[in-house]
Amino acid sequence: MIPLSYFLILSALLFSISVAGIFLNRKNMIILLMCIELMLLSVNLNFIAFSHYSGDIAGQVFVFFILTVAAAEAAIGLAILITVFRNRRTINVEELDEMKG
Amino acid sequence: MTFELFIFYLFSAVTLFSAVAVVTVRNPIYSALFLILAFFSSAAIWILLEAEFLGVVLVLVYVGAVMVLFLFVIMMLDIQIDTLKEGFIRYLPVGILVAVAVATEMILVMRSDAFKVDIPDAAPLSVNNTEALGEVLYTEYVFPFEVASVILVVAIIAAIVLTLRRRTGVKKQDPSKQVRTRSEDRVRLVKMKAEKRL
Repeated sequence: MIPLSYFLILSALLFSISVAGIFLNRKNMIILLMCIELMLLSVNLNFIAFSHYSGDIAGQVFVFFILTVAAAEAAIGLAILITVFRNRRTINVEELDEMKG
Repeated sequence: MTFELFIFYLFSAVTLFSAVAVVTVRNPIYSALFLILAFFSSAAIWILLEAEFLGVVLVLVYVGAVMVLFLFVIMMLDIQIDTLKEGFIRYLPVGILVAVAVATEMILVMRSDAFKVDIPDAAPLSVNNTEALGEVLYTEYVFPFEVASVILVVAIIAAIVLTLRRRTGVKKQDPSKQVRTRSEDRVRLVKMKAEKRL
């Protein structure tokens, strides 16, 4: 059987790849959203691994809710992306500085 | 090497490869397709962890709905790929540095003895993962379940309202106005004397 740490290391690697992706693709808003999805995937893998190894199904219930919230987040994020593109004709994050935040 | 370990290595290699491809490929379409591959292979890993229902849900909801939405949006927008990939090389050292730092820290923690747990017995075949999940979902977690449905409704309304575009000067039907019309609005009866014959 596979030790628990293998799954945790896999999800840590997945998480760090997506953190690097946020650094590398800081212009393309779509890739940023995809990197967030990858991060949520690695977190879900952690939850499921712990749920399996501790024999408690609560972790899987959490993953269920995370999936729900992530789907809602993706839908709203893409809707905002479309409105931004419609108004500015670009999805370059560095050009979206109207609010000077 | 057992068969399970082989499956784990195979699918985790595919997952990591496609995750790297998602962040490095030039074309956003390809990165969305690689993200789909990553979701498929991690669904296989979840099924290996005896979370069959969530593995199927990941494929159905993520690959079937969310990623199709992503592809739809990418194809709908007219984006220039060249300008969006600028600065990739410039940020590459920082990105790799942060990623390596995060990965080494997490791996150092996770290799400690605290995570050396006993390997659980495989669940007996009579126990259905979907049934077990449903039982706790509708009893113990029924309030969070309701809240999740409210979140989905909010997301639907938000997505529709954000992308709704009211254009002026378009000639289109207004059914409610059509229904509310009465005959007095359309027909005007005029009383007048009959004209005399010349």
